[in-house]
Order: sequence, then structure tokens, then C-alpha cells
Amino acid sequence: MKILGIESASLVASVAIVTDDIVTAEYTVDYKKTHSQTLLPMLDEIVRMTEQDLKTVDAIAVSAGPGSFTGLRIGAATAKGLGLALEKPLIHVPTVDAMAYGLQGCRWLISPIMDARRGQVYTGIYSFEDEFEVIQENEAVAIETLLEQLENFENEVVFLGDGVPVFRERIIDRLGSLAHFAIPACARQRAALVASLGAKYFAEGKTVPADDFMPIYLRDSQAERVRKEKLAKADAVVVTEE
Amino acid sequence: MSTLVLGIESSCDETAAAVVRDGRDILSNVISSQVPIHTIYGGVVPELASRNHIMNINGVIRQSLSDAGVTLDDIDAVAVTFGPGLVGALLVGVAEAKALAYGRGLPLVGVNHMEGHVCANFLDYKELEPPFLCLIVSGGHTHLAMMEDYGSFRILGQTRDDAAGEAFDKVARAIGLGYPGGPKVEAAAKRGDPEAYHFPRGKVTDHPYDFTFSGIKSAVLNFLNHASMSGETVRQEDVAASFQQAVVDVLVERAVAAALSLKQDRLVLAGGVACNGALRAALESACEREGIRLYRPRPILCTDNAAMIASAGYFHFLKGDRADWSLNAVPGLEL
Repeated sequence: MKILGIESASLVASVAIVTDDIVTAEYTVDYKKTHSQTLLPMLDEIVRMTEQDLKTVDAIAVSAGPGSFTGLRIGAATAKGLGLALEKPLIHVPTVDAMAYGLQGCRWLISPIMDARRGQVYTGIYSFEDEFEVIQENEAVAIETLLEQLENFENEVVFLGDGVPVFRERIIDRLGSLAHFAIPACARQRAALVASLGAKYFAEGKTVPADDFMPIYLRDSQAERVRKEKLAKADAVVVTEE
Repeated sequence: MSTLVLGIESSCDETAAAVVRDGRDILSNVISSQVPIHTIYGGVVPELASRNHIMNINGVIRQSLSDAGVTLDDIDAVAVTFGPGLVGALLVGVAEAKALAYGRGLPLVGVNHMEGHVCANFLDYKELEPPFLCLIVSGGHTHLAMMEDYGSFRILGQTRDDAAGEAFDKVARAIGLGYPGGPKVEAAAKRGDPEAYHFPRGKVTDHPYDFTFSGIKSAVLNFLNHASMSGETVRQEDVAASFQQAVVDVLVERAVAAALSLKQDRLVLAGGVACNGALRAALESACEREGIRLYRPRPILCTDNAAMIASAGYFHFLKGDRADWSLNAVPGLEL
């Protein structure tokens, strides 16, 4: 089984080819260049370096979000274009799930946190001591809400993701010695993880036609938010008048 | 041997794909419009435009292939709009086109959206070839330019402030017509008197081919303000008609002056505002009077579409222009 992985949900751009139990190639960059400029040249590089024929890929696993809206769409459009060109299905892999999937055998809870701005994180809670288990599905929440949830578990937790440098002190304040932080190689998104979890989904028959693939945004656009707030206010006024 | 180019366009609020033969013959032209989605917001919401592009793009491309009766095997090159436009919207088409071309081993050509508008004329006038004078009028741009050769322009003049289409949008909002401004102002203007009010026809001193539309727009806004303060009722239709007349007068006067002084006997009209019936009619009669042949595409080819992108892409393809896999969206791309 050969799975192409694509990851562009945050500042990290990453592509990988996972063939059965082997990471044939992975190219990961955490640098300021835009994904539009990096992602496809990186894929071309690993394809040539490892003499791949992309037609032999079984499916394309995409880091589906949550994350940067634009980053997610560059990854999604790249995968949809490849899926259309190669007539291959896509695999929809939640970004934070793939991040947690790199910590197999971990006896602590796993909580990837991506900085979602406005004091919030894109996150989830996982355990992977034996089976990979999703305890809390991906969500956009205030960091304090997440820390409260985690306090209730009274368990040690490992944090990873670009939310760590932003919220490290608040995490330590609340969780003290229960909090751990992942080493660099496990601390950010990697396409090899997207492809690895994607391979598991593929084996379970969980694929999506390239045409139907949509990113997970978790949030409305600003215009929709403002409009809903306005409508809600208008409703509230009506209620008081009654 | 004919060459088939697949064009992809996502610079604003239309997701579009088309197949064009030899830069001139439209085999398919699919446009998925998002107008109903943006209407409730009174204008294009960039994030929503991007979300709809990513949702629709594969289906639109597939439809363009099946309408043309071809498969990807028949396609010789992929052409995509990489600017100007909304960056998030452009990125969807650019990333999709790159991946599609890469996955198929096809050459990729990046196309300037404004150049695409001009090339829409090649689809309706098979014999038309550069050099010629063109007036490009859209929501984001107003240019007078010479197309010297395929893919090569010399700018004679452009707007110093608002684009003509932008002025339509702003005035539409001010008189309560909303989005999309162009068609709504035009429809209202049909029922109004273009001489009911006089709005200034702005000129740029010492730059005979440049445009300024912010003065016209401000005059309309001031007039409305004044009227509402003094309790005077104004007919929306008359304001729309008088405003439209001012914009049309400026565009026609400047384009015809350029043609006469540059001794051009052909004028090519392009861009979304080229749909405007009043502009078309005024240019037709002015050109006829001056012995200038006017070229203007069918309205469906004036609005954003991918057939025009495929046409422009074809001529770049012939010249050997190729984009590489790092092609990026350039929201402020110049002609």
C-alpha cells in the first residue's frame, strides 16, 4: 500500500510517501515561505529523489484541518488536483489526530494545540498507550477551557504544536508537573504521520472522492459570524418585546 | 494538429473552467457563480468565495471536460489565472491547476486575468489579431492599452483611484441597490432619465488617457446626502441613469480620443463592465461616427470566465511561456 501524505494546516509544509511500513520519503519545512510556493516543488523533489511514479499511489491523505484557512485550502486544492489527475481517492485526516498519532506507546494523554488566535487553540485529546483513541474530537476552544478539561482527568499530558510556545506558561501554571512537552521531531505536523494515519483509514475503507473533499474549518468566516451575531441580537430584541 | 487548453479561473466570485481549441474555439465554458451566496452580505466575502471555490472546483473542471467531449488525455496544456484578484480565491485555482498539470505531466501557463478579458475577443472574432487599442473596464481595473502582440501590452492610461466597476458597486450600495452593483445600476438606469442630474466627468490634468472615477462617485454621495438633509426625494432610477451616463461619457470620450490620436481604426472592449448595455451602445455609435471598428465580446465572455483564460494561455503556450511548480498567486499583478 502506498499513501501520499500532504500537510499544510499551519506554518509547516510537509509531503511524504509511506509505502507499507516504510516512510519512503518525507520533506518537511517549517519556514516562512508560502505553501503555494513550497508544497508542489517539495513533492516533485521527493518523487524524483525516490524515482516514484505517482500513478502507483493508492490514495492521497490530506491534513484536513483545523488550521489556517488558506493553508488548508492550498493542501486541499493540491490533493484534489492530484486526485483528479491520477484518478485516486483522498483520505480525510484531521490535523490534530495526525499530530497525536506520532506518539505511539505514550502513557500520558496527548493534546496537540495549534494557536488559533483570539486566545483559542485548535485541539483534541488522545491516548495512544495501546490503541489510538480519540478522547476529545478536534475543536476550537479557549486554552483555559482545555486546561480545565485536562485538570479533570488528573493525568499527565504531553502537549505539542505551535500553541506550545504561546501558552507554555499558562499550561505550567495550571497543570504543573502533569504537563510535558514533546521533543522537536514530534512537536509539529508531519506528512508522514498524515500518511500513516491515512493508511489506517484506507485499510478501513475510509476514503473520499477527490471532488467531495472539504477542509475542516471549525469556524465560520468573519462575515458569517458578524451576520449571525446581528441576527441573534435582533432575535433577542424581539424576545424582550414579547 | 490542434491544441486544447484547459483554462481555470477563480480570481473572485466565479469558479470557472473551460476547454478552448487553438485559442479561438470554445469547446466548453463552465461558470459556477457565487452571486446568491454573497448577495446577503452586500458584496463579495473573500473567505466565503475561497470556501466555495475549493468545494466546487473539481466538479467544474470535470463538467468542462465532459461538455467539451474530451478527457484529460486530450488536453495539451493547463492555463490558470494567477492574478490580479482576491489572494485566497486565486490560490485555490493556482494550487489546483499546478497539481492537475503536475499529476498529468502537462505544461502549465500562468495567465493575467486582465489579459484574459482582452483575449475573450479572440473567441468571438476569429480574425482579430494584435496590435490593437483596448479599453479594459472591470470591478478592479480601468485601462487603456495597446496590445502590441499576443501577451504583450503597452499601458496608455489607467484609473488613478476607483475602477469604473468599483464606482458602480459603491453607488449601487449608496442608492440601496446592493450587490452586484453593475447589473443592478444598469437595470435601474433603464427606467431613469440620464439627464436628470449632472455629475462631473473627471479628467486627470496632463494625462489624457488616465481616468478618475472617485469624483463622480463622491458627487453622487454628496448629492444623496444633500437631498436627504433637505428632505428632497430623489428617484433612484434617475440617479442610477445619470451616474451611469457620466461614467459612460468618460470611457467613450477617452477611448475614442486615444484611437484618433494614435490612428487606430480598431477598438477592443474588454472586462466585466463591457457587459453594460449603455456603454456598448454609446461606444458603438461613437465608433461608427469616427470610422472605428468596435470589437466587444458576447456578455457571457465579458464576465469572469475560464475560456478567456484558456485563450490567453494558448498564446503564451505558443510562445513557450511556462510556469513552474512554485507559481504563486499575485493579487496585485499588473498588466
